[in-house]
This record gives sequence, structure tokens and C-alpha cells, in this order.
Amino acid sequence: MKEILSLDHVSYSYESEDGVTRRAVDDVNFTVNDGEWIAIVGHNGSGKSTLAKLMIGLLFPEQGKVKVFLEELNADNLWEIRSDIGIVFQNPDNQFVGSTVQDDVAFALENNGIPFEEMVPRVHESLAQVNMEGFLDHEPHHLSGGQKQRVAIAGALAMRPKLLILDEATSMLDPQGRDEVIQVVDELKRTTGLTVISITHDLEEVLLADRVIVMNDGKLLLTGKPEEIFAHGDKLESIGLDLPFAARLSRSLRQAGVGIQGEHMTEEELVNELWTSHFNK
Amino acid sequence: MDISLQQVGYSYAKGTPFEKRALYEVNASIRTGSYTAIIGHTGSGKSTLLLHLNGLLKPTEGVVRVGDVSITADTKAKELKKIRRHVGIVFQFPEHQLFEETVEKDIMFGPLNFGIPEEEARQRAHELIRLLGLPEDVAQKSPFDLSGGQMRRVAIAGVLAFKPSVLILDEPTAGLDPRGRKEIMELFTKLHKEEGLTTILVTHSMEDAARYADQVLVMHEGRSVMAGAPEEVFGDAERLKAFRLGLPRSVAFQHKVEKLFGKRFGTLALTEEQLAKTIAEALKEEGER
Repeated sequence: MKEILSLDHVSYSYESEDGVTRRAVDDVNFTVNDGEWIAIVGHNGSGKSTLAKLMIGLLFPEQGKVKVFLEELNADNLWEIRSDIGIVFQNPDNQFVGSTVQDDVAFALENNGIPFEEMVPRVHESLAQVNMEGFLDHEPHHLSGGQKQRVAIAGALAMRPKLLILDEATSMLDPQGRDEVIQVVDELKRTTGLTVISITHDLEEVLLADRVIVMNDGKLLLTGKPEEIFAHGDKLESIGLDLPFAARLSRSLRQAGVGIQGEHMTEEELVNELWTSHFNK
Repeated sequence: MDISLQQVGYSYAKGTPFEKRALYEVNASIRTGSYTAIIGHTGSGKSTLLLHLNGLLKPTEGVVRVGDVSITADTKAKELKKIRRHVGIVFQFPEHQLFEETVEKDIMFGPLNFGIPEEEARQRAHELIRLLGLPEDVAQKSPFDLSGGQMRRVAIAGVLAFKPSVLILDEPTAGLDPRGRKEIMELFTKLHKEEGLTTILVTHSMEDAARYADQVLVMHEGRSVMAGAPEEVFGDAERLKAFRLGLPRSVAFQHKVEKLFGKRFGTLALTEEQLAKTIAEALKEEGER
């Protein structure tokens, strides 16, 4: 498997006004391989956003190495490496530059000197990938939150990145907008094999990831498949995280004396379990 | 403090070529001591509506009543100031409004502006620091050295500092982690009860509306389209769908389980704890048959 990104004993500290240093990322190691979808979760202040900044070279580690596409990030190769990374931030209103949807998606292409003949099909293609091809001439500010984030993703896709980073890209959206964005990312993953790193608080989104990285107080606490991670229910709650709805309900059911077997991460699993253990006898 | 809206309409930039209608004939009644959730799709008029509740906007048609003050298109700005002392708004990301050198000064800013003596304002600030579960030593710290969750609490303290009797919350948990979200929502429930507040929560979360509110108001395309107890509003999935709103997860899951049982349960489970109990009882009945 080809490595896309790796952190090797990476640490980073911030200094506050009163001169106290706080270690935001503390000796973190992990590797992301080509085509993987990784969810990074953790409470506010656990170091998730600092990790994102280290991955795109907005910050450089105090100790350790960040390698992207097998090259150690430094001030010289930063721009070249970044041109292969797409990133979508939290607030959809802070990342629009174009006055129409298609201008906005074309912005990075223009900046990178992509010829007009190539630019047009790329813009159309990326907007089609996020199901927004019908909005070419709409003003970004008149779109819904979910639509705005999808356009932002299209803007990143137009550059044909090898890695897409979503930094709490769904946290300011309403439930419908969140579903739209998650669906689009899921589709992309299946159709393009794009590597995605999603920093998120949304546990239902985490369930769709291949692998989860749990951060706590700057340290990497756990890593594994979603079902492995959510099996640590109490531990997750003790560090301020939560379980997906089905897992919480499954636990409440057991507390209420309902006999069911095993762990249930999705609603479907839980309905099936209720069916087999109580009806299908 | 009772609040009512009668046939309230509002147009941004009225009388200009850019006139844009945001509210149409909105009616609502919010009783003293109630906890009302306002839900609606993005662009449904929720935010415009809440700006009317403390006089940041005046209706272009109709009347907004807050206690004994009536606000119409002709109300003078001086009148509006009266209601602002009674109605506090916690906006989205309220920590963006912190600006003072210390937490204490930031919390005291509102009361001092309303003419409350300095010592009283200071005392109130310290009370609030305790009430909001902040460590005592934050008072002399810069608010910008605190964590995100703490900053948000300081900003909320700043709103509570002038003792409003109505507290309006606009997506107060946006951007918080699950524990922070739960803590803040439970804090508001505590304040609602202990301080006898009238609470109005604007939210995208059907789960929060179902769990915390005793009344739900649904906005759609600038109109108030449904109002009632959470059981009533969330009991009508079809209509909510027409307004592009979903059900709280527990209610949606209840419907799936009801299909298994081949019958409807008598009550609507507004939280997963409630749903677990309902399912346990239904299984017991089933077993006894």
C-alpha cells in the first residue's frame, strides 16, 4: 500500500500571553495510506486542528517529521506539496472568492495557469461530482450551507488533489446539509479512490470511515476501525466524546432489561438484532 | 415575561430596489417560564425572527409584544432599549464578541453600560463565574487565553450579567464537542429552572428541540407553520418533511421498531432513554400475550 501521509513522533506547543507553553500535539505517530478514509476525532482542544495545520504546513513540528507524499514538509517544497492537497474548512462563508459558483471553482485553476480549454471541463466535472452542476451561474452567497460546502469541495477537487482534508466541514451545517456533504464524500471515495482525512465531531460520519484516530490532550489515544473504537464506550465518554445513536440506544435498552446480543453501531444492526432476538423465534 | 407576535412581517431594505421579504404574517405566543425551540430549514426566517424579540429589528408589519412593550414599525428606538434589559441574546459563536482585557471586565461590560454600580457588577460577575462552572481564577485572566468551551461560557455570562428574564439562544452549541454540547445544554436547563427564565432556543438539532423544549415553533419560508408540544410537532412526520425537516433520531427509530411490532406505541419517545423504556415495556407486553 502506498503511503500518502505520515507523522513520526510529532510534537507542537503554543505559547500563551502569560508565557506558559501548552503542548497541543504530543509525540503523535500515524500513517495514512492511499485510498483510505480517516476520521480524526477528539474533544475541543485535543489537538485535532493543530494536526490539520501540521499536515498542510501552516505549522511546522517542534519535534518529529511530517511527511506528505513521502517527502518531509519544509518551507521549500511546501507550495508544490500543497498543490496536491485539497482542504475544506468549517465555515462555508469564509472561503468564497468567486462571484458565481463556476468562477469560484475555477479560481485555483486560474491561479495555477491551467489553460481555459482545460479549465471549463474540469469545473463542470468537479461540480458534477458534488451534484452541483445545475448551479454554474448561481451566486455562492445565495446557496444553502450544504450546497456551499459542496461547492468548496468541488473547488478542491478541480485541482485533482491526491489528498482531501475536511476540517470540521460539516459542523456548521443543518442536518440536511450535513447529510448532503457526507453523501458526496462517500460517493467520491467509492468512485475515485481519493484519500480523505476528516476531522469531525459527527459520530455518524465517523462510522463511514475506514479508520478512526482518537486524540486526547494532544496525544493519540486510540486508533482502529469504527466498530473497534466505539467498543470503548466508557473510555470515549470519559474523554468528552460520545457514541453513535444506535450504540447509545443499544446500551439504554440493556439497562432497561431488554435482552440483546453484541454491539450495535448502526440503526440497521440494532433493528435486525431486535428482530432476531425477539420476533424471529 | 410573555412574548407574542401578531401578523408580523419583515422586509429587509424596504422601499428600495433591493427589498427582500424575510417574514410573512408570523404568529406566535411564548408564555413566561416556557422553553420554546424554534426550528426550520436554513433560510426559513428563524434568525430574522429572533432579532425581533429584543428589538434589534422592528417589524415592517404587525406587532411584537414583549411584556408590556409593543413594538411596531413606528416604535421609537428609545422604547426598544427598555426591552433589551430584559431580553438577552446569546448569538452563534458568542466568544467572537469577547474583547476586554480580563474575564471579569468582559462580564461586567453589559451591566456597567446599563448603569449598574461597579461593585454590584463585579459581584455578579463572580457569581456567574461560579454558576457557569468556570474555575474561580479565570476572573483576572485574558478571555483569549481560555479554551473554546470556557470562552463560550464567559460570553454567556456576559449576557446573563444584566439578569435578563428572557434568554434567547441562537445555535448555542455550534462547533462544540459532544460533551461541551451536553454540558452547555444542561447548563441552560438549569438556568431556565433556577433563574425562572423564559428560554427560546433556535436550533438545527431536532434532538435538542425534542429533549429540552416544552414548545416547538416551526418556521418555513418566512412563515410560522406549526406550533405545539414536541410530541405534537414531531408526531406529524409528513408535515415536517414538507418543511424539509426530519425527525429526532429517537422518533425515527421508534417508527422502525413499530414496524417490527406491527403496531404503534402509545407515546412518542423524545429521547433515546425514553425510547429504551418504551421498547422494554412493549416487549414485556408482547411476552405476556
